[in-house]
Amino acid sequence: MWVHLRIELYKIFRKPRTYLAFAAITALIAVIQIGLFVDGKEYTEFVMADFANSFAVDGKILNGYFICYVILQLLLIHVPLLIALIAADMISGEANMGTLRLLLTKPQSRTAIVTAKFLASVIYTLMLLIWIAILGLFVSMLVFGTDDLFIMKSSYVVIVKESDVFWRYAGAFCFAALAMVTVASLGFFLSFFAENSIGPIVATMSVIIVCTILSTMNIPIFNIIKPYLFTTHMITWKEFFDFKVNDANEAIVGSIQYPEKIIHSSIVLLVHIIGFAGGAILLFRKKDILS
Amino acid sequence: MSSIVQVNHLTKQFNQFTAVNNLSFSVEKGDVYGFLGQNGAGKSTTIRMMLTLITPTDGQIEIFGYDLYKHRREILQQIGAVIEKPDVYKYLSAYENLLLFARLSGVKPTRQIIMDQLEMVGLADRAKDTVKTFSQGMKQRLGIAIALVHNPSLIMLDEPTNGLDPQGIADIRNLILQLSRDHKKTVIVSSHLLNEIEQIATRILIIDKGHKLVEGTAEELFDSSQTIVQLNTTNNQMAVEKLANSNWKNNLKPMRDGHILIQLDQESIPVLNQFLVDQQIGVLLLQPRHSLEDYFLQITAGKQHVGTFTN
Repeated sequence: MWVHLRIELYKIFRKPRTYLAFAAITALIAVIQIGLFVDGKEYTEFVMADFANSFAVDGKILNGYFICYVILQLLLIHVPLLIALIAADMISGEANMGTLRLLLTKPQSRTAIVTAKFLASVIYTLMLLIWIAILGLFVSMLVFGTDDLFIMKSSYVVIVKESDVFWRYAGAFCFAALAMVTVASLGFFLSFFAENSIGPIVATMSVIIVCTILSTMNIPIFNIIKPYLFTTHMITWKEFFDFKVNDANEAIVGSIQYPEKIIHSSIVLLVHIIGFAGGAILLFRKKDILS
Repeated sequence: MSSIVQVNHLTKQFNQFTAVNNLSFSVEKGDVYGFLGQNGAGKSTTIRMMLTLITPTDGQIEIFGYDLYKHRREILQQIGAVIEKPDVYKYLSAYENLLLFARLSGVKPTRQIIMDQLEMVGLADRAKDTVKTFSQGMKQRLGIAIALVHNPSLIMLDEPTNGLDPQGIADIRNLILQLSRDHKKTVIVSSHLLNEIEQIATRILIIDKGHKLVEGTAEELFDSSQTIVQLNTTNNQMAVEKLANSNWKNNLKPMRDGHILIQLDQESIPVLNQFLVDQQIGVLLLQPRHSLEDYFLQITAGKQHVGTFTN
């Protein structure tokens, strides 16, 4: 298995397409950081406009933690496309190139080959998230400094103490990893059904877009299926930034307001991952290679 | 002689279409086994089943005396294969491709072994170049190097000369002969190119529409003493008249594509030429046709007619 995994990772990182995703993320984060560095004051005044008369802010709103939150909100919508570029290509791309049949004439079990492919796409996904964390969190902390984190919700403001922020980001990134691995496993599953990369990549994005729309629309008939859609649970990372308060309405450091939501969403996403990846592995074992 | 491959009653159906129908054959150790059939005859499907790429609907395949599907890994360790176009990773170099597939074949070759393999197929000087810069012939040779890198005892080549120029075809032919003669490998080679198979195969299987038509050595399949000669003269009409009124009349066959066809033993060809010269008929072409080709067309055309009439 280890040999297979190394070979799959070697193939992924020798493809120019792989670096396109890293370059795109670098460019997107740089654009956000430069924009906020230059015009960040106006931006925070705009988003704080509703609360400006309610209380005075002491400290630096535009800090590294705030920038990272903005980046995560924006990027986690677009990163699935970059993940689909690789994950949805894992089997279909080999079928399209004609290398799948050569690969399967080698004395290796199909289960080992396809599992290594899935794990390689998971590792790629995690590396993409680590790259987002390095640029979005650590570089932002370096450039903008650190302070308490202000999060503007629709009708209230959450202020997370500086000392209480970092572990929340660690948790949020771990959860985001689970959400993005779900996307990778969906792309991987769909790649089984095609012999070119474009179809599964477009299909993966289409499924995500349709499910996201269903998750966000507040129509009773869709509310029945919402809890089962993985897109409903992909944004649960934000729960890490809501905390409990004590009787004096003070934030309890180290607490999460609804930890059960995070656990529930994690289970739903894990079930999706097991379903998609397991389905791909089971089907691949029986597949006739006609390409 | 011991059978290396034993195929019994192999059948593959894709929905209602039967690609391979109750096919049985055996390959002996040291054979260059020619697998002959028109496009769509079921050659590739059979080879893919013998490589576990396609699951048979029915039948058994034994290789090296073991059931293929029960001992898949052990058997595939001793098989090298090129299936139609040997597509490899275009963004990797020839060296990297060979190393990668060697590792997947269960061997850890040294740099020298890799370079020796590339040298054998004439690609050593392009070892570091990415495959996307290679011609089809070079990719084909790299595919063969990949098939041989783990020193298999059985080699399966499915249409290995597809897309190659005449020099490339000759190179592959020589390589197959070299593998069989010098390295004592058993080779199964499928092709629709009859003269290719005729030149290299020690045994031949002809299939059509998934059915086995005949199996045997080239000598068993056709009578070399009854070669069809293709004749073209300065006056074909007169030549036919003269031949029809001579001792050659029983050798004369119906004309095909404007050529006179005569069946005779090869030793009689100079005698025929002399006869025509004596009749003051200029000989433009006097060429033996590939006997196997005639045989093949005869038996597959016969099948075709049966199919046509029954439909």
